[in-house]
Amino acid sequence: MTSLATGTGPATAPGSVGAALETVSAATNDGYADLPRHLLAASDLSREAAIAVLDTAERIDQAIAGREVRKLPTLRGRTVVNLFYEDSTRTRISFELAAKRLSADVINFSAKGSSVSKGESLKDTALTLQAMGADAVVIRHSASGAPHRLAGWVAGTVINAGDGTHEHPTQALLDAFTLRRHLLGGAVRDRVGNGLDARHVVIVGDILHSRVARSNVTLLHALGARVTLVAPPTLLPVGVDEWPCSVSYDLDAALAGADAAMMLRVQKERMDGAFFPTAREYTRGYGLDLRRRALIAPHGIVMHPGPMNRGMEIAPAVADGEGSVVTEQVANGVTVRMAVLYLLVSGEGADRV
Amino acid sequence: MSSEHVAHHSRAAGVDQGRASTAASDVSGSARDAGRSSRKPDSRTAVILSDADIRRTIDRIAHQILESIGDRPALLVGIPRRGVPLARRLAARMAQFSPGNYPVGALDITLYRDDLRGRPPRALAETDLPQTGVDGLVVVLVDDVLYSGRTIRAAMDALRDHGRPAAIRLAVLVDRGHRQLPIRADYVGKNIPTAFDDDVAVHLTEIDGFDAVTVERAA
Amino acid sequence: MTTFAAAQEFSEREGGRPAPVLIRGAAPYGEDPADVLLAGGRIAAVGVDASVHPEAADAEVVDGSGLVLLPGLVDLHTHLREPGAEDAETVASGSAAAALGGYTAVFAMPNTEPAADTAGVVEQVFRLGREVGLVDVQPIGAVTVGRNGSQLAELAAMASSAARVRMFSDDGSCVADPLLMRRALEYVKAFGGVIAQHAEEVRLTAGAQMHEGVVSARLGLAGWPAVAEEAIVARDCLLAEHVGSRLHVCHVSTSGSVELIAAAKAHGASVTAEVTPHHLLLTDSRAESYDPVNKVNPPLRPDPHVQALRRALADGVIDCVATDHAPHARQDKETEWAAARPGMLGLETALSVVCAAMCETGLLDWRGVARVMSENPARIGGLADHGRPIAAGEPANLTLINPSARWTVRAEALASLSRNTPYEGMELPARVVATFLRGRATVRDAALAAGAAV
Repeated sequence: MTSLATGTGPATAPGSVGAALETVSAATNDGYADLPRHLLAASDLSREAAIAVLDTAERIDQAIAGREVRKLPTLRGRTVVNLFYEDSTRTRISFELAAKRLSADVINFSAKGSSVSKGESLKDTALTLQAMGADAVVIRHSASGAPHRLAGWVAGTVINAGDGTHEHPTQALLDAFTLRRHLLGGAVRDRVGNGLDARHVVIVGDILHSRVARSNVTLLHALGARVTLVAPPTLLPVGVDEWPCSVSYDLDAALAGADAAMMLRVQKERMDGAFFPTAREYTRGYGLDLRRRALIAPHGIVMHPGPMNRGMEIAPAVADGEGSVVTEQVANGVTVRMAVLYLLVSGEGADRV
Repeated sequence: MSSEHVAHHSRAAGVDQGRASTAASDVSGSARDAGRSSRKPDSRTAVILSDADIRRTIDRIAHQILESIGDRPALLVGIPRRGVPLARRLAARMAQFSPGNYPVGALDITLYRDDLRGRPPRALAETDLPQTGVDGLVVVLVDDVLYSGRTIRAAMDALRDHGRPAAIRLAVLVDRGHRQLPIRADYVGKNIPTAFDDDVAVHLTEIDGFDAVTVERAA
Repeated sequence: MTTFAAAQEFSEREGGRPAPVLIRGAAPYGEDPADVLLAGGRIAAVGVDASVHPEAADAEVVDGSGLVLLPGLVDLHTHLREPGAEDAETVASGSAAAALGGYTAVFAMPNTEPAADTAGVVEQVFRLGREVGLVDVQPIGAVTVGRNGSQLAELAAMASSAARVRMFSDDGSCVADPLLMRRALEYVKAFGGVIAQHAEEVRLTAGAQMHEGVVSARLGLAGWPAVAEEAIVARDCLLAEHVGSRLHVCHVSTSGSVELIAAAKAHGASVTAEVTPHHLLLTDSRAESYDPVNKVNPPLRPDPHVQALRRALADGVIDCVATDHAPHARQDKETEWAAARPGMLGLETALSVVCAAMCETGLLDWRGVARVMSENPARIGGLADHGRPIAAGEPANLTLINPSARWTVRAEALASLSRNTPYEGMELPARVVATFLRGRATVRDAALAAGAAV
C-alpha cells in the first residue's frame, strides 16, 4: 500500500492530484472498447488495448496483493479449457492458475492420452468443446495458425498460448508488463496509461523459429519501444527487414545502452551444423555473459522466456545476477493472463455490442 | 467504477442500456464519467446539495464516525471513483476534529460484480489497502450514492477476501432509495426520495472540478 | 432443350452418332459471328454454308447470339484421384467438372494409388474416361516406379498401351535426381514423349508451407522459396537442351522461372511451360486467413510474380494454362494449415479466372484464350483431335461461352466431389454455356446435358 493516504491534518490535501489523475487516465483509455474478441496474435491489440491489458494486470495485482485469499469470483460459473497439443507445463500451469484465481472451472485437455493423440481432428475437438459450452479455449499448438482455425469453429473466446513458429501474445504481454514495471517507475500511477515509448529492447537468438520474438516485436513496437533483433543470419527469417525493428549480427554493438536484453532459447535441433556450426561458436557470438551484461544500461534488465539453456544463450552468472527478471516474468505471467481472461471472457455469454 | 455512482444517468436499466457508452450500465444505473465535469445543471435539474451543503454534510458524517468508532482502529475505504475522494475528505476532517491517524484506502469492486456477463469489458480502478490487512479494524466503506445496494454487497465480499474486519460500516453522501438488497447505510449525508428513473449526480472537485449533488427528474 | 435432349437420346439409341447441331450467330474466337454446323462428330460447315448444308435441315438449333465459340478447352494438369482417393474425386465427377468448365480433354496426373506407372493403370484410367464420355481423359504416366524418384517406370509400355501415353510426370514430387531426369528426357525421345517436371528442389522446401517472404515471416509458416523452383527449372532446361529432348515445366509460379524459360527458348531448347489459373490471380497474402483452402504447391506468390506470369502467358514464354485441379476431401482441408494437403479445385473456374486475370486486364483476347487453353496444351500433350481450328472438317470439340455473364462461385454448387475452391464467394466473369465433345453436347445451359452423364 505504497500510496496510502493518511488524514493526519491539513498537510494532506484531500484527494491528492496524483490519485485523481490516475483514475481519470484509466477511465478515458478507450483501449477497453478496442479489445479484440479473441487473442490470436499481438497485432490484435492496438496500443490502447495493450495498455488496457497491462493496466488491468496492475489493478489485479493491487487487488490481490498481500491477501490471504488470492482468489477473485470474477469468472465464477465460466469454463476455461486449456487445449494443449504441445507439452508446455509452465504455460499451461500459468493459464490454469490464472483461470482458477478468477474462479473459472478449468478443464485441461492435453494431447497426450486423449482422443487428440488418437487422431481426432482439431475441428472435431473444437466441436466437442463447443458442445461442452466452453466460454474460453486456451490453445497451444505446434501448427502456426491453429488458434485462427479454432476461432472459426467455436463460439467462445480463443486465446493463443503459442502456435508453431507464429505467436505467443500473452508472453509478449507479460514481457511488456515486466518491462513497464522496471523501466517506468515504482508507483502504479507512473505506469498506468503508459507505453514503453523510446525504450530500447534487444531480442537475441533464434528469431526464425520464435513465436516469442514475433509477438514481442509487434507488441513492443505498438507500445512505442525500439526493438533490435540480434541473431546469426541463418536464424533470421527472409522478410524480417519488413518488421518494425532493426536487425543486427553484432550483439556487443546492439547491447550498448539498451534498456533490456531478451535472450531466446536455442533449441537443440538447431545446433550441430543445421543453422550454426557448434554450440560453442553460438555462445561466443550470441550468448549473454558477464562482459556483455555490463554493456546494457545500468538500470537495464535481462529477460528470458524460459526454459533457459544455461551456458548456451545465457551465462548462469547473468541468469542469476542483478537485473535478471526471469522468475519475475513467470509470476507476472499469471497476473497478465488473469487480466486477459477478465477482459476477454468476463463479458462472454450474452449479446455483446 | 462502482455500480452506484449513479451520477447523471442512474435511470432504469432499459433506458441506460440503450445508450452508447464505454462504461457499463446495470440495474442500479450506469457509471459513465466522461464529460461529467463539463456538464452543467439545466432547467430540469435541481441542485440538492450545494458545495457548502456538501462541506457541512461531510463534517457531520466525520463527527458521527468519530463518535461511533471511539478508540478502535479504523480504516476508511473509498469505493472508486467518487468514494475515494470522499473518504479522503472525511479522514482530513476527522483529523481536524480529533487529531490522530485515520488511514484511507481504496477498494475496487469490479471483479466482484454480479453483472459482468454480456457487457463490454470495464476498466479496473485502484485498490489500495494496508499491507497489514484489515483484520480487527473498523472498516468504514465510503461511497457517493447508495442505490440498489449491489456495490456494497460486492465490497463486503471483497473485504472478506482481504481479512476479517472487527466491523464494517457504511457512509454515503446520498441515499436515493430503491434498494435491491437488505443493506442500509450507517452514516447518510442526505436522503433524497427519487423516482426509479431519476438521475442523481454527485460532482466532486477532485474529479469534476466543482462540488454539487443534483437530481435530474425523469421527463 | 427438351427437343434437343430428346434428339440426342434418340441419336444415341441409333448408334451413338449425335444429331446435328446448328449454332447460330456465335462468335468464333470472339470475332465476327458465324453459324456453325456440327454433324457426324465434326464441324460440317462454318458461315453462310452452315444453314444451307443438307444436315442443317434436321439440326437442333442453338442460339449463339452474344456468345463466344472456342475450340474445346484442354487441361494438361488434372488430378482425378481415381484410383485410390474416390472420396475426393472420381473420373466421373472430375469429367463432369471438366465439361462444365468448358473442357473437352483433360490429362490425368499419375499420382493415384496405385500410381499410374504401368500400362495397366493408365489403361484403366483411360477406359474409365471413355466410359464416362464427358471429356477425353488422357492419362499421364509416372516417370519413376511409384513416383519415388529412384527407378524409371516402363515408359515405352505406357506409350504403346491403349492409352497412348506421351506425357510423363511424377507431379506432386520432383524428379530430383539429375541423372535420372536426364535419362527420362532421353528415353522418351524414342516415342515422341515429353517429361512434365514438378520443379521443386526438396532440400530447399523441407516442411515448407507457403511462399518464403514477408508474409511467411509474419505468419510463422515455413517458407517455400522461389529459388527452389528456379534451381530445378534452370537445371532441367540445360538438360533438355543438352540431350535434345522435350521438357514441359508444370505450374510455373515465379518470375525467375519465367526468365529462365525465356532464355532456354531463345537458346532453342524444346521447353514448354504452363501456369495455373490461381497463380495468375491469387497472392500469398491469402495465407493470412490460415485457411488451407489457400494452401497449394507450388505456393501462391506475391504480386510481382503474378504480374510476371501474366505477361509471360500473354507473350508466349508460358505456353498454356493448366488447372492443377487438385480435389481434396474435407478432412484434408478442414484442419490447421500445416496438416492440410496442398491443392485447389480448378476445372470449373479456370476459364473465368483466366478472363479475370488476362482478358479483363487486356492481356489476352479470345483468340489468345483459345491458344493458351486449347491449342497449345493439345499440341504439347499430343492430342490430335483437340485444340483444332473452328473450320469445316475439324473434330467438333467446342466450347460456347457467355462473355458478359458474371457468376458467384459457390463450392456447394460445383460438380467436383470436393469443395476446396479458393474462389468461394468471388464474383467472376464469363460463363461456359455449352460444351460439345465430338459434336455431342456434354453441357447445355451451364449444366450437364441430359443424357450426357453416364
